[in-house]
Order: sequence, then structure tokens, then C-alpha cells
Amino acid sequence: MIELKQITKIYGNKKKRTTALSGLNLKVEKGEIFGVIGHSGAGKSTLIRCINLLERPSEGEVWVGGIELTGLGKRELQQQRRKIGMIFQHFNLLSSATVYDNVAFPLTLIGTPKNQIRKKVDELLSLVGLEDHRSKYPAQLSGGQKQRVGIARALASDPDVLLCDEATSALDPQTTDSILKLLLDINKRFGLTILLITHEMHVIQSICDRVAVIHEGGIVEEGPVTEVFLKPQHTVTREFINRDASGAEGEEGLRLAASVPRPTWAKLVRITFLGAKTYESVLSQVVRETGVHFAILQGTISTIKDVPYGKLTVSFEGDSGQVEQTLALLKERELDVEVIG
Amino acid sequence: MDQLDFSKIDWSEMATASGDTLQMMGFSTLFTFLIGLPLGILLYIFSKSNAPVLIWIYRVLSFIVNIVRSVPFIILIIALIPFTRMIMGVSSGVEGTIPPLVIGAAPFFARLVETALREVDRGVIEASYAMGASTAQVVRKVLLPESLPGLIAGMTITAVTLVSYTAMSGMIGGGGLGDLAIRYGYYRYETEVMIISVFFMVVLVQVLQMLGDRLVIYFTRK
Repeated sequence: MIELKQITKIYGNKKKRTTALSGLNLKVEKGEIFGVIGHSGAGKSTLIRCINLLERPSEGEVWVGGIELTGLGKRELQQQRRKIGMIFQHFNLLSSATVYDNVAFPLTLIGTPKNQIRKKVDELLSLVGLEDHRSKYPAQLSGGQKQRVGIARALASDPDVLLCDEATSALDPQTTDSILKLLLDINKRFGLTILLITHEMHVIQSICDRVAVIHEGGIVEEGPVTEVFLKPQHTVTREFINRDASGAEGEEGLRLAASVPRPTWAKLVRITFLGAKTYESVLSQVVRETGVHFAILQGTISTIKDVPYGKLTVSFEGDSGQVEQTLALLKERELDVEVIG
Repeated sequence: MDQLDFSKIDWSEMATASGDTLQMMGFSTLFTFLIGLPLGILLYIFSKSNAPVLIWIYRVLSFIVNIVRSVPFIILIIALIPFTRMIMGVSSGVEGTIPPLVIGAAPFFARLVETALREVDRGVIEASYAMGASTAQVVRKVLLPESLPGLIAGMTITAVTLVSYTAMSGMIGGGGLGDLAIRYGYYRYETEVMIISVFFMVVLVQVLQMLGDRLVIYFTRK
């Protein structure tokens, strides 16, 4: 649905040049929610603005819905932009227009008849739950409500793609969750392709199917969220995951767990499990069979989008044969086992 | 100083002068807005442009605006006499004052328009382009409505400035309250005339300012 080919963006003039993106490739499939995560300054804002050409890439091609946007003239680009909805961190609503008029705005641009506008706007306002606020001005709304207006406005021209530029970064955690839920709902209901950028792993974990990690203008890691989240390869990815995890779950907690004195023959093991297995009694069955004892040093059971997963750091105590057998049995049951000490 | 005697005042002359001032004010304000608003919008658009040609046009326009604004109004009136005669047929009287008033005030108003447009949130403009709006649509549906309170404030300031400019038009026989105040009140020591004409001008300015402020509050949504 969206494809970026060898995108390079350089800002500035001859004297001072900054490379925001360098030779970046990205492909987003139809109907998926794709997240791009990165620190501020990594180039993620430039990346999302390159997709509807709010920023024109210095080099490379942008394809959306099978059309090369970078090859279009001004008029054709305006036409194509109507098929790409966008929501923003600071909402960017018209402060001089009511909720109703804000949502109607994209339709008035193309001269839609009044009665059709009314029908569409009514529909959208009930979708985002703002029927009662139609004649209010943005200044009278809360942040979450403003973003709902933004979403309704972005959907007014029936886009194929929705771009979310840090759409929840200015909202409190509760409001963030309700907005994410709304986005997920829209994605499921209309099959809308969503590309979002964020610096919060939580956002990626809640709604994204796939994720790309952007660092210094390039993508350093990419894949299904479950894979990237549970087996991060790049340092930056690990940083994001650890920062989001609570203390006991992150690197810090692991160091603490490893420093606790334990018998020298004990083995420190990290077990990762995904999907339905998360809720099965695999560990207890295996240790009963092999007769080792274990202590859980740290652990978490949670979900990625709607897939359950668990991460446990366990120390096994027993003779080395028993421990080896335990690890083998766990692997047999398709758990991911990693000896870390 | 003698006792003030307001009975000496020629009220019919005062009425004519008031009418002249209102006429000069009305017409020059109207034309100032008609010329200054598009000029201000152009200044804004060119200043934001990426095209080198438009940036050059901006520099030239901006330079001209600065020149007109830095020439004292009284000199502008005199310098424009031939031009005024060309387009109005006369270079004095109420008609004769309107061209210099407009030329003096339009660049000033254009700058105020440009400033008001700059105040519009960049994000909203970006969002409109993202929704497929053309530049003309952005101007009409975003920039102008979003900056309306600022534009009205600018109009108020311009109208008040024009009131004081009309006072100088006496130089070319423009008439009006300011002229009356200077000719009778100052040159002929008829303090009463000066007091009354200045008083009327103060009232006029007060009314304009109050009206402007009311409208600004009415249209402010932030």
C-alpha cells in the first residue's frame, strides 16, 4: 500500500547540511497497522511527512496505492492527498471552526453538496463519539476529544491510508489507550492501512502488526511486533523495550536478579513464550518430570496487540544432567530458552 | 488667556468639516483595505515560498512597502500631487486627499495583514495541505478565517491612523476637522474651534477603537 524506495532527505544549504533520511526503504501492506519507532531526531517525523510529500524527499520514490506520488504534478498530488488521511500530535484543528465544520473541511475542499456533507459528518461524529459536541469550538474540548475530531476529519474523504504523526504523544495514558482503541477499531472495520510514528513502545505493543525501528535516518530493525519485541537485535530496539518495561522487567532488574547469591551449580535461564502456550502449565510439568527445583527471579506475562506472551528469568537447581534435560524438554515444547548465567 | 467662548463657533462649518473627515476616512479606509489585504496576503505567500523568483518578488515588494512607510505622510502628499491629479482630475479637496491617504496607509495595513497571517498556527496550514487543499483554498478557508481577529485589530489600527492622516490633508486643501483645528484653532488663535474639532476627532477614534475591540472579542475562539 505504501512503499518508500531509497528515500534520502537532506535539509539545509551548501554551508550546512543535515541528512534526515539516508536511502531508506519501507513497505507497508494493505490493511496492516505499521509502527515506526525512534528517538526524537531519528528522522521519523521527516519519514511520515515524506509519504504525503509535505516534505519532498531529496532522492527516492514514494508510492501509495500503486501511484508514484513523487512523479505527480501539483494538481494530481492534491487529488491523491485526499486519499491519505493524517492526524497530528497537536491535532491541528481550525480554531475558528466548530467541530462539525472541522470534520466537514476536507469535503468542502472538493465541493461536496451540503446534504451529503451533513450525512457523512453525522456518521463520523457518532463513530468517534462526539455527537453532542458538534457545535463546540476546539478550544472547548479536551485533548482526547480534539484528537477524535482529528480522526473524524481524516476519515471524511474515505482515505485508503491513515498517517498518525505522534498522535497520542500529547495525551495522558488513559486517553492514549482510548484513542488507540479507536484506531484499532477503525482499522478492523474499514480495513484502513495505518502507518504511525511514535517514541512509545507501548503504542507499538498495543496496536501494531509490524514495526520498524528508525535510527539516524535509517531503519535498523524491522519485523512482526512479537518478533522484534521478544527478540530485539539492535541496541536501540532494546533500549526502547527496556525503557518501557517496569524496573523489575528491564535490564536493571535482570542485573539485580543475577547478583543475588545462589549455588554455583544453579543455571540462570531466560524463557520466552508466545501465544496460547503462555497460559499452559509447561514449566511445572517439566520440572516434575526432571526433578529440578527452580526459583523465578523476574517475570512478566502480558500481551502484544492480542497475542499473549511471557518472559521469565528462572534459576534451575539440580545436578547438571537434570538441568540439561529440563532445558531440552522446554525446547521440545517450543519455548524459547536462553542460558544467561 | 481670555475666557473661552464657544458661542463664536460656526457650527455649520464644523458640520461640513466633520462630513469631510468622515468622507475622507470612509473612502480611504475602504480603498486601503481593498489594496492592502491582497498585498498583505501576497507578502505572506511570497515570504513562505521556496521558489527563488517569488522570494525575489517578496524582497522587492517588501522594500517598496518599507520606503512608502518611512516617508513622512506630509511629504508623501506633496510628492503625490501629480499622480493624484492624473487619476482624480484634481489634486485638492476631499477627492484629492484620497489617493495619498490610500497610498500612505495601504502598505502599513499590508504589513499588519502579513503579521496577522504569520500568527496562524503552522500545523493547521500543513494539515490543510495534507488534506489536498490548494494554496487559494488555504488562503480562503484557513488563513483568513483563522486570522480574522488579528485582521480586524489591524483594520482598527489602520482606520485610527487614517483619522490622524486626514488632519494633515489640510496642506492640500483637503478640509476636515484636522484642517479646521490647524487653520482656525492654531493659526487664528480660535482655541474654541481647536478644542471642539479635536474633541470630535477623539470621539471618532474612540468609537472606531471600541467597535474594533468588540469585533475582535466576538470573533476570537481561542
